[in-house]
Amino acid sequence: MAQLQAAEVARLFPTGIALFLEGGLVMGLGLALIYLTLGVKAGASSFLSSILTYITPLQAERHSREWRLAMVIGMVLGAWLCGMWRGGFFQTAVAPWRLLLGGLLVGYGSRLSSGCTSGHGLMGMASFSRASLQAVLVFMGVAILTAQLVWHLGVRP
Amino acid sequence: MIRLLWAALGGVLFGFGLALSGMARPEVVLSFLQLRDFGLLLVMASSLLVLMLVFWLAPRLRRTSLLGEPFSMEVKPFHRGLIPGAVIFGVGWGLSGVCPGAGLASLGLGNWPMLLAIAAMLLGAWIHGVRVEGRRSLR
Repeated sequence: MAQLQAAEVARLFPTGIALFLEGGLVMGLGLALIYLTLGVKAGASSFLSSILTYITPLQAERHSREWRLAMVIGMVLGAWLCGMWRGGFFQTAVAPWRLLLGGLLVGYGSRLSSGCTSGHGLMGMASFSRASLQAVLVFMGVAILTAQLVWHLGVRP
Repeated sequence: MIRLLWAALGGVLFGFGLALSGMARPEVVLSFLQLRDFGLLLVMASSLLVLMLVFWLAPRLRRTSLLGEPFSMEVKPFHRGLIPGAVIFGVGWGLSGVCPGAGLASLGLGNWPMLLAIAAMLLGAWIHGVRVEGRRSLR
């Protein structure tokens, strides 16, 4: 019985479960720390709007741009520290056209939807927002369909 | 200044976790979206557990945050753009395996090609901003 369960787990999680759980925990602690100190629920996609107020006349999220910029600088530093500690430096093999087109849609869609994988997926869902739950179900479903389609058209990875 | 330091420190943990969990790698995100490795759901679950606890508990234990600011009680509301935006986001996420937080953090792992996606994300957010804020914002 235990062996059967282990085999099931191994099939769903071929690279194990520990790093996913530990990494997610640290992510949650970081976002929780920002809530405990600044009192804000900080999703990542609002950073896009706030950084634009430095370089364009746009005004959305201007009031939060200083701490959001500090947060993102911290995020880059944190990922670097993790790389220094246990390796994992890489350059993605995803083709440039996918990064460009995907990035454009992600940027526009996250602002239209007012949230992304962290804003709706973590902040919104942890606040029991029904709207965020709907957004997550929709974007996850659409992303799975899109990724399947792209994979079956022979585009790798 | 002290606010910026805390925001940066929170960012360090968030970015560290994104790197540790593998979410900073588009390949790992794609392996979930291609239904080959469901680890992304574990990342969300363990983050959510921490955040649900803190969002629920902190405002009940303290009137203000540790820096004396009001706790946000924001619960994202439904609006007209929510579902169309989620569909567009989903197509982009499924195509590239990139989302804003993970993309930004991955620069710390030397993933320079991600600069293309970040520039494109900024362009996408800019197009949305101009549509919302109007022509005044083009000057």
